[in-house]
Amino acid sequence: MTSVSDMTPVDSRLDRGRRRTVSGGTEPRRKPRIGRYVARWLFVAPAVLFVLVFFGYPIVQNVMMSLQDYTTTTFYTGEAPWVGFANYVHVFTSPLFTTTVLNTALFTVGSIVCQFAIGLVLALFFKRHFPLGGFLRSLLLLPWLLPLIASAAVWKWILDQGSGALNQFLGLFGISPVPWLVSPSLALVAVIGVNIWLGIPFNTTILYSGLQAVPEELYEAASLDGAVGWKAFRYITWPSIRSVVGVVVVLGVVYTLKVVDIILGLTGGGPANSTQTLATWAYQSSFVQFLFGQGAAVSNLLIAVSLVFALVYLSMTRKEVDE
Amino acid sequence: MTTATQPIHAPGAVRKDRNRPSRKWPMTVLGVVFLAIMVFPVYWMINSSLQANSGAVNTDWFPIHPTFAGYQAAFEQQSGNLLTSLIVSVSTVVLTLAVATPAAYGLARFKMRGMTGFVFVLLITQMIPTIVIANALYTLFNSLGLLNSYIGLILADSAAQIPFSILLMRAFMTSIPSTLVEAALVDGANNFRAFVSIVLPISKNAIITAALFAFLGAWGDFLFALTLTSTPDVRPITLGIYNYLGANVSQWGPVMATAVIASIPAGVLLVIAQKYIAAGALGGAVK
Repeated sequence: MTSVSDMTPVDSRLDRGRRRTVSGGTEPRRKPRIGRYVARWLFVAPAVLFVLVFFGYPIVQNVMMSLQDYTTTTFYTGEAPWVGFANYVHVFTSPLFTTTVLNTALFTVGSIVCQFAIGLVLALFFKRHFPLGGFLRSLLLLPWLLPLIASAAVWKWILDQGSGALNQFLGLFGISPVPWLVSPSLALVAVIGVNIWLGIPFNTTILYSGLQAVPEELYEAASLDGAVGWKAFRYITWPSIRSVVGVVVVLGVVYTLKVVDIILGLTGGGPANSTQTLATWAYQSSFVQFLFGQGAAVSNLLIAVSLVFALVYLSMTRKEVDE
Repeated sequence: MTTATQPIHAPGAVRKDRNRPSRKWPMTVLGVVFLAIMVFPVYWMINSSLQANSGAVNTDWFPIHPTFAGYQAAFEQQSGNLLTSLIVSVSTVVLTLAVATPAAYGLARFKMRGMTGFVFVLLITQMIPTIVIANALYTLFNSLGLLNSYIGLILADSAAQIPFSILLMRAFMTSIPSTLVEAALVDGANNFRAFVSIVLPISKNAIITAALFAFLGAWGDFLFALTLTSTPDVRPITLGIYNYLGANVSQWGPVMATAVIASIPAGVLLVIAQKYIAAGALGGAVK
């Protein structure tokens, strides 16, 4: 960061020097300055344009659509009458609302807690150097090679009731086939399980690098004072990695709220909406029922929740930068 | 880089004990067991793809009688979709780099009003759910005639990759010594010339890393493909897999073969790029 602030004064001095020679001619005095300013912004302009069109516009458009009766006929007639907050009223009074919010909360909390706990245990495990440890740790990233929808396909096959690998395995112990993805009471658990599997490599990797940054001398000194095992973790490891923990958890929440691929691939939101989350509900409303107004209302709800956590994340990272 | 935290050997029985390799093998066994569970789905994908009757009867735990019938079916049904994925992903990488590289440099080097704010906005874009974007893009693309088109999908995929690419490359470019660029400016080059002839070659490894992530992001994209295309004309491989899952699957062999094929580019690219990045780092150290 410091290099940026170092650069600017030098840079402007250079430009001033150049301007002196140029301004001897007929060119107006202010032109090089504006030219330089424009030239600099030209580097960033295409990116700004992309962000405006593909992030700025959609957010504004979603707010507008959520206040309109926007359906398939709109695409032919171009008419989308304003309906005020009717879409929101419809969403909030829908029987699906409570189910969806509850599922989203369970999906997010369940995924994050387990991903984090397993990730931390694995990170602590791999931190103790042992033969092949580095090799095994790099193999842990293997599931990342699969596109999300391919992971969903593999898990749908593993969890298949009739001849899936999991039920085949459980059958060895005399357990009768479990309807993992077919039973409304089990589907959410199964989907959370798959999402935990997906998140473990990320959590382990980030937490491991956090643990690597804790100076070994701290443990050496503490062990002289008798702090080993759980005590060393409680008084040295945990305080040292707390900021990394915060980032991992908040980023995890934001990313989990976005998840659509896995749920659509595994269950499509069913059976009986038992795995429907805010994100999949937004998709279903817009692209299956073609009620774009309602889809936009659900989308805005989702974005509001994400934004709260995004701001928490940004304030945390900013604090870190300030420190 | 991780070697920085190698333990300093202090005198003490605890350290010596912990370092004796013979005591560590049980940990390795435990690690292998856990890893086997984590990687099992990847194994099962490959195993099932080699067995013709997956789904009809119980699948063997090992491909004792491997058959490539699944791959044959997958290629027959999915080769067009694979080509689509390849076209879209490569184009996305090109467009993403063309937009993100100069922006990363601009944000790293020039400190002008609004630029810090823009970095903040880029961070925020990472957290906006894709379905929200897709919902509004559908109406925009519909009026522009970009639904079911390569260009539409490439634009949407690039838009999703650009913010992260900028952040990634900017982090590297802030570390380029300012004296390097200033020397070129003194020699009479303008900012653009300095960018092309000095910044780009130095940043090669960061650019390759950004290209890799952009490719993987576009290759794995599912939601934009699902919402912005509806005909088989422009259908990436991810949608090909999804369409298998829609109906009740009776033959998993071709589905798993398609999943394997869809995972190969990521694997190949990662291996190649890793070598490249390692070589670049070594070269820098020698010089």
